[in-house]
Amino acid sequence: MAAKEQFEEVEKKRKGNFWIWMVLSVIFRIVMIYFPNLNLSSRPEVSTPLTSIHRLAEGYWLKQSSMSPYAGSMYHGSPLLLSLLGPLTVKRIEGQPDHLLCSFAFVVADVLSALLIRAVGQNLQRAYYQNLRLLKVNLSKNSEFFPAGDIASLVYLWNPFTIVACVGLSTSPIENLAIVLTLYGASKGQVPLAAFGFVVATHLSLYPIILIIPVVLLLGNGLDAPPRKLFLQRSSSRVVVGPSRDSCSQQEEVINQSEVPNGFSLRPVMYFLLWVSLFSVYLLLLCGVSLKQFGGLWEMFRSTYGFILTVQDLSPNIGVLWYLFAEVFEFFRDFYLIVFHINILFMITPLAVRLRHRPLFLAFMLLSISAMLKSYPSVGDSALYLSFMGLFVYELVDLEFSFFLFCGYIGISLLSPVMHNLWIWRGTGNANFYFANAMAYACFQIVLVVESVSTMLNHDRKLRKLSAVKLS
Amino acid sequence: MVSFLRLISLLCLPILFAVPAIGSVSEGTEEDFSEDLLLKPLPDRKVLAHFHFQSVAPSSRSNSYGRHHHLFPKAISQLVHKYRIKEMELSFTQGRWHYDRWGGFDSISSSNAKPSGVELWAVFDVPPNEVDASWKNLTHSLSGLFCASINFLESSTSYSAPKWGFRPASENMRYGTLPREAVCTENLTPWLKLLPCRDKSGLSVLMDRPSIYKGFYHSQRLHLLSTEFDSNAVDSAIVLDQTLTVVLQPYSHRGALGYSNAAQLQPSWSLSSIFGRKVPGRCVLARSSNVYIQLDKGLMAELQGMLGEQEMLAVTRSSSEGSTRNLAFELSANPDRVHMEMSSRNDKHLSVLYMFSVAEKYDESEPLDLRFTWKIPVVWSIPQAPLHVTRFVLGSGNERGAIALQLKSTKPSDQLIPNTVITDSCSLLVKVFQVVPWYIKVYYHTLQVFIDDQPHSITNVVEKMQVSPSEDKVSPGVLEMLLKFPCGLKSAALTIEFDKGFLHIDEYPPDAHQGLDIPSAVITFPDFFTSTQFAENNSSKSPILSKWQGQSPILSYTEVLLVPFTTPDFSMPYNVITITCTVLALYFGSLLNVLRRRVGEEERFMKDKAKKKFQVSQLVSKLLAKLRGRHWEPSESQAPSSSSNSKSKLLFKVILVAGLAAAWQYYFG
Repeated sequence: MAAKEQFEEVEKKRKGNFWIWMVLSVIFRIVMIYFPNLNLSSRPEVSTPLTSIHRLAEGYWLKQSSMSPYAGSMYHGSPLLLSLLGPLTVKRIEGQPDHLLCSFAFVVADVLSALLIRAVGQNLQRAYYQNLRLLKVNLSKNSEFFPAGDIASLVYLWNPFTIVACVGLSTSPIENLAIVLTLYGASKGQVPLAAFGFVVATHLSLYPIILIIPVVLLLGNGLDAPPRKLFLQRSSSRVVVGPSRDSCSQQEEVINQSEVPNGFSLRPVMYFLLWVSLFSVYLLLLCGVSLKQFGGLWEMFRSTYGFILTVQDLSPNIGVLWYLFAEVFEFFRDFYLIVFHINILFMITPLAVRLRHRPLFLAFMLLSISAMLKSYPSVGDSALYLSFMGLFVYELVDLEFSFFLFCGYIGISLLSPVMHNLWIWRGTGNANFYFANAMAYACFQIVLVVESVSTMLNHDRKLRKLSAVKLS
Repeated sequence: MVSFLRLISLLCLPILFAVPAIGSVSEGTEEDFSEDLLLKPLPDRKVLAHFHFQSVAPSSRSNSYGRHHHLFPKAISQLVHKYRIKEMELSFTQGRWHYDRWGGFDSISSSNAKPSGVELWAVFDVPPNEVDASWKNLTHSLSGLFCASINFLESSTSYSAPKWGFRPASENMRYGTLPREAVCTENLTPWLKLLPCRDKSGLSVLMDRPSIYKGFYHSQRLHLLSTEFDSNAVDSAIVLDQTLTVVLQPYSHRGALGYSNAAQLQPSWSLSSIFGRKVPGRCVLARSSNVYIQLDKGLMAELQGMLGEQEMLAVTRSSSEGSTRNLAFELSANPDRVHMEMSSRNDKHLSVLYMFSVAEKYDESEPLDLRFTWKIPVVWSIPQAPLHVTRFVLGSGNERGAIALQLKSTKPSDQLIPNTVITDSCSLLVKVFQVVPWYIKVYYHTLQVFIDDQPHSITNVVEKMQVSPSEDKVSPGVLEMLLKFPCGLKSAALTIEFDKGFLHIDEYPPDAHQGLDIPSAVITFPDFFTSTQFAENNSSKSPILSKWQGQSPILSYTEVLLVPFTTPDFSMPYNVITITCTVLALYFGSLLNVLRRRVGEEERFMKDKAKKKFQVSQLVSKLLAKLRGRHWEPSESQAPSSSSNSKSKLLFKVILVAGLAAAWQYYFG
C-alpha cells in the first residue's frame, strides 16, 4: 500500500515536472521569436520551398492581387493553408517582430503535437505493460518506470530541430501536427479524427500517404504488442495445463482472454476508409472553391504534388536529391526520379510484414524513411521521427551505436551551417562541402533506421525467448 | 476625364510619331533615302556624333516595280512582309549612356540611349496566338541578318510581353534583351549593307571602325515602322531608320600646351580629328545629305550669360550671313542655314542648329572637314529628365538579395513641367518596366517604397501595378508599375527582395562564375515629352528634324545588374551519382538484410548450407579421384578438399582471364 502511494506521489511529481518543462519550452520559443536577426526562416535546413513562410506570404500576396497563388513557381503549399496562415503573414503589430502571429500559431501547433504525442505514449505504455503482464514476462530488472509519453513529448518540445523549425517559421509544425493527429486518432480508435488527420497531412505534404498502412493496422489490430504468436502459444499452453489450475488463476484467465489481442477487425478499417473518402471529397471541394478562378484543382495538383514529385527546385537542403538532380544528365533525370520515389515505396511492404504487430513503430519507421528520402527534407521532419523514437524507450534501450548516432546528429547540425556559410556566403568552399554534410546526415539516418528496426526485432526475439522459458 | 484624355494622347503617340516621317515622302511613290549627321559638343569634353539614315519604301500595292526595290533593302521588306511587322526596333549598344552628362531630355537620349547589349522589340500585326511564333521566326532571321546571337531571344525565358509599361498600349508586342551580347564590327558591317551607298560614299565614309569603336558609347539602331498592313492608312509605306550614335573623346592639341588655361577650355575638334576621315561628298542616291552641329539650351544659356545680347546675335544670326566667327567659337565652314528652336513658351535660351549641306559644295577633291574651335572656356549643364535613375543590388552572399531602384530629382526648372502637372494636384508620374529572369526569384510582396528616405505606404505611391511572376524555366518575371510621387520629391527608392535560384549544370552560361545579368529597367515619364520645333518650316526635308518635331517620350534605361551566382561543382556529375547511389544501396541493402534475418532459422540454414557444401566438395573430390584413376578415400578431411576446390577455381579464373586477354588481343589489338 505504501509502495503504491509512493508510486503515485512520484507519478504526480513527474506530471508536475512535465508541465513545468512544457511551459519552459513555450517560454523559450517566445524568447527565441523575440531574438533579433536570427534569420532562421531563410536557412536551407529549416525552410524548404514547400514550407517557407516567405513563399507563403508571396502566394498570399498574389492571391490578394487576384492572381493564382501558384503563378510564378513561388508557392507550392495548400490553398487552405494560404487562407489560414496568409492573413497572419500580413498583419503586423507595431514594435513587435514581423510574423509574430504566425509564430504564435506555430508554437500552438507544437504544443498540441506534444500533448497528442504524450497521450499516444501513455496509451502505448499502458498497452505495453498489459502485454507484459499477460505474457508474465518481467523485462526491467530494476523495475524502473519510464513515462514514455512524457519523454517523447518533451523530446519533441525540446528538440533543437523542432525549436528551430518553429521559430524559423516553416510550416512543418502544422504538417507534423496533422501526422500526430492521425496516429493519435488511430491509436485511440477515434476513426473520424484519424481520417481527418490523415487527409490533411496527405494534402499538406503528400508523403504521409504511406502512413495508411500503419493506421489501418492500428485500427485493425490495436496498439503495438509483441507478436500474436506468443499469446497464442501461451493460451494454448494454458489449455494444456488447464485441469490443474486453481480457481484464482481461472479468474485471471477469464480476464486475460478478453485482453489477448484478437485478430484483425475489418470494421474500423472500413469506417476509416469511408471517412477518408468523405474528408478528401470535402477537402478537394474546399480547395476547388478557393481556386475556382485560378485554374482549379489541376493547377493545385500540378504545382504541389507535381512539384514534390519532379524535384524542380534545386536549392540546397539537408537531403541529397538537390545536388543529384542539379548534376545528373537531363536524360537520366526521369530514371532517378523513379528510383528515388520507388525506394520509399519499396520498403513499405517488407517493413509492414515484419512489423505488422507494431503499427506505431512501423509509422515511426515510415516517417523516418520518408524524412530521409523525401524531395525537400527539413529538420522539422527529423524532429518528428526523433520524438517518436522517444515512444519506444523500452524497446530501443538496447539500440546499438546510440552514442555514435547522437554525436553524429549533433555534429551534422553544427557543421551544416558552417558548410553552408563557407559555400554560399564566403565563397571559400564549394557545393561539395555542403553536399558531403548532407551525405553524412543521410548515412546517420540510415544507421538509425536500420539499427532501430534490428533492435525492435531483437526485442521481440527476447520476448519470445523469455516467454518460452516461462512456458517450459 | 483628364486621365482619359491623357490615355488618348498616349494612344495617339505612335501615330503622331509616324505622321511627319511618312508625310515627308507621301507625295512621291518613289523610294527615298536621306542621310544626316549630327554633331554636338557635350559638357564633359566629349562630342556626340549621331548618324541618321532613313530609307522609305512605298507600299508594295502602289509599287510599280512589283517585289523589287531600288534603294530600300530587300531583306528588310521581306522581313516586314513575312512576319507582318508593324513596328520593330533593334539596337546594338556598347557602353552606358550617362544621362547626367550627356542629356536626358532630348530626342537623341530618348530614342538612342539604349541598354548595353542587344535590345529588340517588335509589334506584330497577327492574331494574338500567333505572335510568339512570329517572334521566334523573327529572332532567327535577324540573327542571321546581323551576325548576332539574337536567336537566344527565341526561348520563352528571355522575352516578355509588356502590357503598358514599356510603350503605351502595346498589343501584340514582344520585348527581349541580351545584356551580355558583345557588339563589334561584325554587327556593323551587315547594318551598313542595308544602306544604298554602304560605307563607300556619303556620310557613312566617316565610320572608320577603330575610331568609332574606341568611343565611350556606341549604339547602332534599326527602327522599322510599317503601315503596310494598316487598312486605314491612306498611303502606306515602310520607313527604315538606321542610326548610329557614338560619343567620342576628341584629341585636343591645346590641352597639352598649357594646363592652367586648357583645363577649362573645351577641346576643339574636327571631323578628321574625331573620325580620322573627311566627308568626300554625298551619297549620290541620297535625296538629302546634311551635317548638323547642335548647341543645346544649356550651352546657349551659358553663352548668353558670358557674352551678352550683342555678341549672341553674332552666334545666332550673323553666321547665316557668312561670318563663322564669334567670340565663343569658330566654325571652319559656313553653315548653309541656321535653325533656331521655336518655343511655345517665352523662353530665352533655345538651342541652335547649324546646317551644312554636303550636296553640291563638296566632292573628292574638296572634302568636307568641319572644324569646331573653342575660344573661351565654357562650362554648362545639359537638360535632364526630371529624375535621375540608378539601380543596384543590395545584400551579400549567394543566397538572396534585393534590387534597389533609386530615383533622384534633378530639380527640373518650371519650363520642364508640363501644364497638366501644374493644374492637377502636383504630382510626378513615373512608369517602371522591369524584366527579371526566372532564376532571380522575386518576392513581389516585399516591395518597399522610400520617399526622401522615409518608408512610405505602397498604396499611396503605386497607382497601377501589373505583375506577371516568373515561372521556373518557362517565362521571366515582368513588373510594370505606374508610380505617383509628390512634386517636391528629392529622392525616392524602391526595393524588392529576391532569392537566387539554383540551376542545373547545363543551364549555367559558359562563364558562370562571372554571374548572371538582370536586364535594364526602363523608366518612363509619361507626362513629359520632348519636341523641338524649328523656326524655318522647310526643315521637314531632313529626317532628323522631322523626327525632332514629333513628340518623343522621356525615358531612361538603368544599368544592367550583374548578380553573382553560386555554382555547383561542374566536374562532379559522376561522383555525385555514384556516391548518392552507394548510400542509397547501403540503406536498401542493410535494411532489407535486417528485415530478412531470422536468428533461429539462420542457424539452421547455415547448417544446411555447410552440409550441402560438404556434399558438393565430396562429390567433386570423388570425381577428381576417378579421373585420376585413384581410389577415393571417403575419410578425407574437409580442408584438403576445399583447398583442391579453391585450386581448381583459381585455375579456372586464370584460364578465363587469359582467354579474355587473348580475345581482346585478337579483336582489338
